[in-house]
Amino acid sequence: MIATDGLGWWGVPLAIFAGAIRVSTPYLLVSLGECITEKSGRINLGLEGVLIMGAMAGYGTSLATGSAWTGVLAAGLVGAVLGLLHGLLCSLRRVNDIAIGISIMLFGTGLAFFLGKPLVQPQAPMLSAIPFGFWSSSPQIQSALQINPLFLIGIALAVLLHFAFRYTRWGMQLRIVGDSADAALALGLRVLPTRILATVIGGFLAGVGGAFLSLYYPGSWNEGLSSGQGIIAVALVIFARWEPLRCLWASLLFGGAGALGPALQAMGITSGYYLFNAAPYVLTLGILIATGSPSRTLAGAPGELSLVRN
Amino acid sequence: MELTRRFLPLVEAVGIPVMALLVAMLLFAGFVAAVGQSPLEVFALLYKGAFGSAFSWQNTLLRAAPLILTGLAVAIPAQAGMVIIGGEGALALGALTAAVAASALQGAPPHWVQTGMLAAGALCGGLWIGLSGWLRQYRGVNETIGSLLLSYIGIALLNFFVEGPLKDPASLNKPSTAPIGDANMIGNLPGMDVHYGLLFGVIFALVTWVILKFTTLGFALKTVGGNPRAAQMAGLRVGYWIVGAAFAGGAAAGLAGAIEVAAVQGAANASVVAGYGYAGILVAFIARQNPFAVIPVAVLIGGINAAGGMLQRRLDMPDASVLVLQGIIFVVIIASETLNGRLGLIKFKSLSPVSATISSKT
Repeated sequence: MIATDGLGWWGVPLAIFAGAIRVSTPYLLVSLGECITEKSGRINLGLEGVLIMGAMAGYGTSLATGSAWTGVLAAGLVGAVLGLLHGLLCSLRRVNDIAIGISIMLFGTGLAFFLGKPLVQPQAPMLSAIPFGFWSSSPQIQSALQINPLFLIGIALAVLLHFAFRYTRWGMQLRIVGDSADAALALGLRVLPTRILATVIGGFLAGVGGAFLSLYYPGSWNEGLSSGQGIIAVALVIFARWEPLRCLWASLLFGGAGALGPALQAMGITSGYYLFNAAPYVLTLGILIATGSPSRTLAGAPGELSLVRN
Repeated sequence: MELTRRFLPLVEAVGIPVMALLVAMLLFAGFVAAVGQSPLEVFALLYKGAFGSAFSWQNTLLRAAPLILTGLAVAIPAQAGMVIIGGEGALALGALTAAVAASALQGAPPHWVQTGMLAAGALCGGLWIGLSGWLRQYRGVNETIGSLLLSYIGIALLNFFVEGPLKDPASLNKPSTAPIGDANMIGNLPGMDVHYGLLFGVIFALVTWVILKFTTLGFALKTVGGNPRAAQMAGLRVGYWIVGAAFAGGAAAGLAGAIEVAAVQGAANASVVAGYGYAGILVAFIARQNPFAVIPVAVLIGGINAAGGMLQRRLDMPDASVLVLQGIIFVVIIASETLNGRLGLIKFKSLSPVSATISSKT
């Protein structure tokens, strides 16, 4: 929570700005991962479960090893394993990727609650932020500009993916596999391995996003930690039209919506707390409604994606 | 040969899920062993806690009652080709509306109050999930994501009203709406410690099953779900059917919430959000979206849930153990879809000439 006294009402936009960066980081990482997965023609709704597993594994590993970054790595690996599971199961005939995603969502949640039971009390080493506010004497600004390296990694990754999708052979192959398996086969590309790999990478990033939740903000392990952020990130990819750079802006937007409740609470406005907390869900749904259309396929959608109906 | 052909669908419909359940049990046994418990002991306790005594049967049936309804909340829209997973939010809003209806009807004869509560809960849940169907049909919003987002919004609304405008000042530790009054509570089935909600759920499931199986209504719905374009050409108004099926499913979940208030909690509060909506998804998928099969499957899953407490007390295992078991069952059940029509012969998706990603929605 950010101390806003002293700045008066100016504290609200500052708190929302700081909160947006903080809250958006998991959205950014998960949505970039899901962007890769969906570009390959698969969708992983299970990222909600991956996120919570990543949060649990990251926290537990940080506690056990004393190193938060080892925790981040462990969270990514756990996410990659769940991604691999999703990728392999979706490759079976007649198995629907949305249904597998829902099942992995519930499985990951259950497993994380089970294994995370002993982690509720102890305090693990946290990730530390880079103080970009050193130039200011105002403690509010200093605290608002505490930016976690994972956010910066996310930005770099968004830029990198933007160019990778467009200009590299790897990106081209991924897009062909996602747009038309038939065309990919004709070109001699390996469709299933590509999709499985894309899902594994997506899982890895979602796991890292989970570690951010437990190791930085809000920064503890509890069962309500992910509460739909994985699903929001999946919807966010649709809103971002499968463009990594737009994932970045969309994440900041959703982060801002998510920061609204805590920022107002810090100002002492507590009535309607639950309504403000629902803001990201309302925003997501509103955007889906505004951008959707009953008659046409969304522009930019990978052709093989089962989520987007023709 | 004739015999095999006649019975193969039944063997598949029952055999594959049963086989999947056994595989899931084996995997869970491995998990249990990995965390240092004896699988045999765990399974024995699971059985004992679920079906081992009259007391545990009552516990099981109490949990099966909402699960039948939340299972239907997934199974009914599935007939029209939708994957709806927002039952938890519809349940929460059903509970909230039921509590509001009860306070509006205070003073009326108990039967009126009860009927009003259940009707209001079902209506509200129906509108909520019906909205997901409407959004899918008329705005192109994927119903799976849409219903889950609506679910989170519904739970937030419940929390907001229960802790804010509708909070009963007398409910200190556990914010709740004003109690509906003992006289208005739905009583127990004769001779059991299980409330009438179980009966309502069973009736809802049976009526749905009969409608789907024996009437043109059911046939039309399946046509819409199987091939919307063909349905349109046959003169069916696809949009009505989609929204209607979503409404019916949501009504089931809303009714489950209303029953939780009217028969168990006596007021709307956060306790009604207990994961029944999510477990209902599992119930519907094990039952392969068949409303009749939802009943026994809900009893099975209700039993697993009921036994969770016993695992916690006797073996000191976390109460989330049953969630792990449910999760494993779910993953295995979905993966076992691959066996449909090809018992014993697993093949990877053929990637040419037609890619198969869009087929088999459920």
